[in-house]
Amino acid sequence: MDVTVGVDFDSVQLVDVSRHFGRRRALANISLTAGAGDIVGLLGPNGAGKSTLITLLATLAAPSKGEVRYGGQPASRLGPALRTRIGLLAHELHLYPELSARQNLVFFAELYGLDPRGLVDAALESAGLTDRADDAVNGFSRGMRQRLALERALLHRPRLVLFDEPFTGLDDHAVGLIADRLRALAAAGAIVVLATHDLDLADGLVTRVALIRNGRLISDEPAAPGLRARYRAQVGAH
Amino acid sequence: MKKAFGPLAALVGVMFVAAPFVVANAPYESTMGLVQKIFYFHVPSWFAMFTAIGICGVASLYHLFKNSPKADRLAEAAGELAVLFGLMGLVTGPLWGRKSWGVWWQWDAKLTIALLLEMTFISGILVRKYGGPGSDKLAAAVGIFGLAVTPFVYEAVNIWRTIHPLTSVVPTLSAAMAGPFWFCVSAFMLLLVVLLTLRVNLGARQAALDELYLAQED
Amino acid sequence: MFFRTAWLVLRKDIAIEAKSFEVLTTTLFFAVACVLIFAFAFVKEGRPVEDAAAGILWIAIAFSGTLALGRTFERERYGETLRALLLAPAPRAALYVGKLLGMLALLAIAEALLAPMVALMFQAALFSRPLLLVGLLAGGTLGFCAVGTLFAAMLVRARSRDVLLPILLYPIIIPVIIAGVRGTAALLSTPPDDATAIMWLGILGAFDTVFLTLSLWTFEPLMTE
Repeated sequence: MDVTVGVDFDSVQLVDVSRHFGRRRALANISLTAGAGDIVGLLGPNGAGKSTLITLLATLAAPSKGEVRYGGQPASRLGPALRTRIGLLAHELHLYPELSARQNLVFFAELYGLDPRGLVDAALESAGLTDRADDAVNGFSRGMRQRLALERALLHRPRLVLFDEPFTGLDDHAVGLIADRLRALAAAGAIVVLATHDLDLADGLVTRVALIRNGRLISDEPAAPGLRARYRAQVGAH
Repeated sequence: MKKAFGPLAALVGVMFVAAPFVVANAPYESTMGLVQKIFYFHVPSWFAMFTAIGICGVASLYHLFKNSPKADRLAEAAGELAVLFGLMGLVTGPLWGRKSWGVWWQWDAKLTIALLLEMTFISGILVRKYGGPGSDKLAAAVGIFGLAVTPFVYEAVNIWRTIHPLTSVVPTLSAAMAGPFWFCVSAFMLLLVVLLTLRVNLGARQAALDELYLAQED
Repeated sequence: MFFRTAWLVLRKDIAIEAKSFEVLTTTLFFAVACVLIFAFAFVKEGRPVEDAAAGILWIAIAFSGTLALGRTFERERYGETLRALLLAPAPRAALYVGKLLGMLALLAIAEALLAPMVALMFQAALFSRPLLLVGLLAGGTLGFCAVGTLFAAMLVRARSRDVLLPILLYPIIIPVIIAGVRGTAALLSTPPDDATAIMWLGILGAFDTVFLTLSLWTFEPLMTE
């Protein structure tokens, strides 16, 4: 069954979105648009609301106020099929440690209604895990898990690719691989949103920069050299 | 509602002051004796608890599907009042039981029902307090299931055992007893309305204060 | 898509459990330990208190069921795989059904051990009406797991979830336990009281219908943060 029929979009839009828990504000009045080919860097200190924003975009949480629109349509109108177009890679890796790399990929491929044959082998290949495919994930290093998690998140070729601090604990080589992958995705027409507090990584990778502090969007502009200096000016000490 | 609140609160005050006299003047029931008078407080507190449970369940459902902070505050208030009126029933029930059954606590159907529902709605308060962010949704689930479970608790426990005076006493009350009884029921229901209004207003003020704190940060 | 997703979740849970049998073995051991503890409380001079067998059976099911619920969902919390499941394009209630079926299978195995054990140790004629016993166990377990799975799933993101699960769950499922215990006790009387057992079975059926419907209906909004 092809579940992808019907739902697709080439932009995602936050319209005056707020999210708070009682007195603790996570996000306030955020309006932001990202289109196909963009790599939007959500930058800001820890606790600024980046993860909450990613959760809202992933449809895992609902905004307290405002609306998230996918190609102009609110999530509620698009139904479950919308989720075939969204991929999320978070700091927590969304893998079952007891299962093997292959079992994890097969399970998630089937969950998305995809045929795992071929697809899973290709994903294992691109994660560089073909030799370890049938080993349990809990025996993997952080880098191996991260590569597997990346492939898992991209199995169903999502239009909207959400990354929440994907570089934590990785060596330079692994970071380079993920960065290349992000560029390739954006070039192929994906909308990439990348939340990170690591400016060095964001610099030169992202095409747009959204700075967030205390749940507020304090700037949203095309990426330009000198990111660190502007960040320091707007967010404060780093 | 705001204009009506003052007179309403005053009316409830007057009714509760008058209630002891009304109850004292009601006919003396010869088999049960003086302890029968508990009935005028016990049964109305029961009515108020069920009403509060109903309000809590419906408001919880509305909050869950419509994400309405207003409905959430109403559900919170009604849940707490269900516990309060339930407590009144649980205190006055054994007082009657001591006299009529000879023991403080009987595993009687209705007493057990009240205890179970009391536990359910206390768990709703606990989850709000200790559940962390997003616990309003968890409390909504408790409210909805609490309402849905009520008929089952009633049915299951009723079959399990009953030595309680049957509900059918109410319609067969003599006219002289019915007057004071319905007077007390109205007093409790109005008290429920007054307390509910107060608690919802308190919740609304807390929410407004939270908003001000948020605005202050900007 | 709905039933396929439920089946996939169930199969995945079985595959994980088959790697270590952790939840199954700990649940079974805990269930047996429960029976022993209650045996000390309810056996006097070598003879069990009348009707104790039915109560002990159901309390052991409820306690070990709570433990299993907590462990099963702890697995989905680690690595936040529950969120990955919620991102799947199927209706979210399908995930609930998958998890529910896993819990039912687990408790069915536990009951297959518990019922003969209680029958033997307390000289209880539990198997005098095997079909009715199976019906009561199935009805009671479904009611318990219907509410338990929903609550355990929504508590995954709450603080102090370990203690909140029994606090929220027990008051609501006590009618199920009453129906199970009284129905089973009716089977234990001599001769077995079929009419009473069937009446309690009916109550369990009504309970299951209402709570399953309610759970399926509220699962999606409850799981949206």
